Amino acid sequence: MAGRVVRIGAGAGFAGDRIDPARDLAERGNLDFLVFECLAERTLAYGHLQRSQDPSRGYNPLLEKRLAAVLQACVKNGTTIVTNMGVANPRAAGQAAIELARRMGLSIRVAVVEGDDVTAHISDATLLPEIARTVGESGLRLVGANAYLGAEAILPALDAEPHLVITGRVADPSLFLAPLAHRYGWKLDDWTTLGAGTAVGHLLECTTQVTGGYFADPPYKIVPNLAYVGFPFAEVGPDGSAIVTKLDGTGGCVTPLTVKEQLLYEVHDPRAYLTPDVTADFSAVRINEEGADRIAVNGATGRERPDQLKTIVGFDGGFLAEAEFSYAGPGAVERAQLATEIVEERMRHVHHCSERIRLDLIGVNSLHATALRRSASTQDVRLRAAMRTADRDMAQTLLTEVESLWVAGPAGGGGYRGSINASVTTHAVYVDRDSIKLKVKVLQS
Amino acid sequence: MKRTVPLREIASARTGDKGNISCVSVWAYNPKHYDDIRSSLTPERIAATWPNLFRGSVERYEIPALNGLNFVIRDALEGGVNASLNLDFHGKSFSFLLLELPVEVNDL
Repeated sequence: MAGRVVRIGAGAGFAGDRIDPARDLAERGNLDFLVFECLAERTLAYGHLQRSQDPSRGYNPLLEKRLAAVLQACVKNGTTIVTNMGVANPRAAGQAAIELARRMGLSIRVAVVEGDDVTAHISDATLLPEIARTVGESGLRLVGANAYLGAEAILPALDAEPHLVITGRVADPSLFLAPLAHRYGWKLDDWTTLGAGTAVGHLLECTTQVTGGYFADPPYKIVPNLAYVGFPFAEVGPDGSAIVTKLDGTGGCVTPLTVKEQLLYEVHDPRAYLTPDVTADFSAVRINEEGADRIAVNGATGRERPDQLKTIVGFDGGFLAEAEFSYAGPGAVERAQLATEIVEERMRHVHHCSERIRLDLIGVNSLHATALRRSASTQDVRLRAAMRTADRDMAQTLLTEVESLWVAGPAGGGGYRGSINASVTTHAVYVDRDSIKLKVKVLQS
Repeated sequence: MKRTVPLREIASARTGDKGNISCVSVWAYNPKHYDDIRSSLTPERIAATWPNLFRGSVERYEIPALNGLNFVIRDALEGGVNASLNLDFHGKSFSFLLLELPVEVNDL
């Protein structure tokens, strides 16, 4: 690609993503922007729970660790960081970033974007379309609600020329589209260009899923040096066309097929990928190999954006109890099967549990269990029991029943593990754009 | 010459999820197999093969310029991350359900 480009990279694609490849990009990528996307659908509800326990928390617990790895290089190289690690408390995240910068001896400006939190708009009368009941009728306990903001929300923050932009809920591709639109002056009704920029963001937002992660399937799909797979960046032109690539010397690969697979990842209709910014159309995208690990992406377009903003409402989801136990050697499957019958019998008739209990034999029928039944020649079987319940005592009872297989179950069982985790459930609702009050607060260290 | 092969020999696949909806994209390695895959991998076949797992409708979108098909499968995730008791509540492993389906191809 000749002429001017903006270099934009992905520093995280989910809350638990690796840190070393982001540091590498910050140090060697010569990037204009480095984007950290760390918010899955339910992450925000967990953030609300944390914030309700401690008002200074509720942002991404790895924020300091991630920023500490890249901040110095980004400040030195003039790379602006954009991230949704603010989760349920962007302002506290901004403050934490400022304090980190002080400790590192860096002077930085942080722009905090707020306005996605619409918890106050949710009432007992709010309809949950997926279950066709109101919040009041559902009996669910509200934890928090956040609307997906678009690039529009980030542009004013970029006007402040910050080193770091911190947001809560923003649509993943919008985290990338905003810096591109800001740098190139794209109009927010230039649907074709916004569609092209959205394709770039969509390709980058899951980091390694475009550079050879979630891809290897030997012997058909071989990925070199996957243990050291690099994070991606794109060289984006003024029209939104781009080259997707990665740093020299990193593992993985960027090929037409890694790009194609990621282009439709979590996309339904390729002609109508809905974001807060645009109805993007990926159906005429062209993908061409320009060089080793350099894939040109052109031809994404778009139409007018949706009227309303998708909003995820989080509710208390009770507890998820999980317990595991293993059998190996001759007859392992039969003994594990006997153990599942014991657990089922005792939960129902001794403990009067009416919750749905799932009993898997890992190695035999777990992930695809409800789809088919495979042959059971395996000699190393793991029993897994899982149950959701609002009753913590009953959750503990399931664990106890599996644990007691040590002494009361079939012969030769071992390796008990059990856990109980508080869970949240989420429902999508749609809110009018004019109900959102965007706010940008600039902090300086 | 017609031959029947597992889809995995001639295509790759990737699964994504949104709520209780699974989407699986399928990509022919060689453009010459695209039409065979399209003829064989109908939404009706996907729905009929695993009715206990894929409980809702199956839609298929075609991207011929990239030799790809995209399947959108509703009510596929046992309630999704909110409700599923499956270890793999995202259905990340579903791509390999499709990849083991036999497909009839011409001129392998």
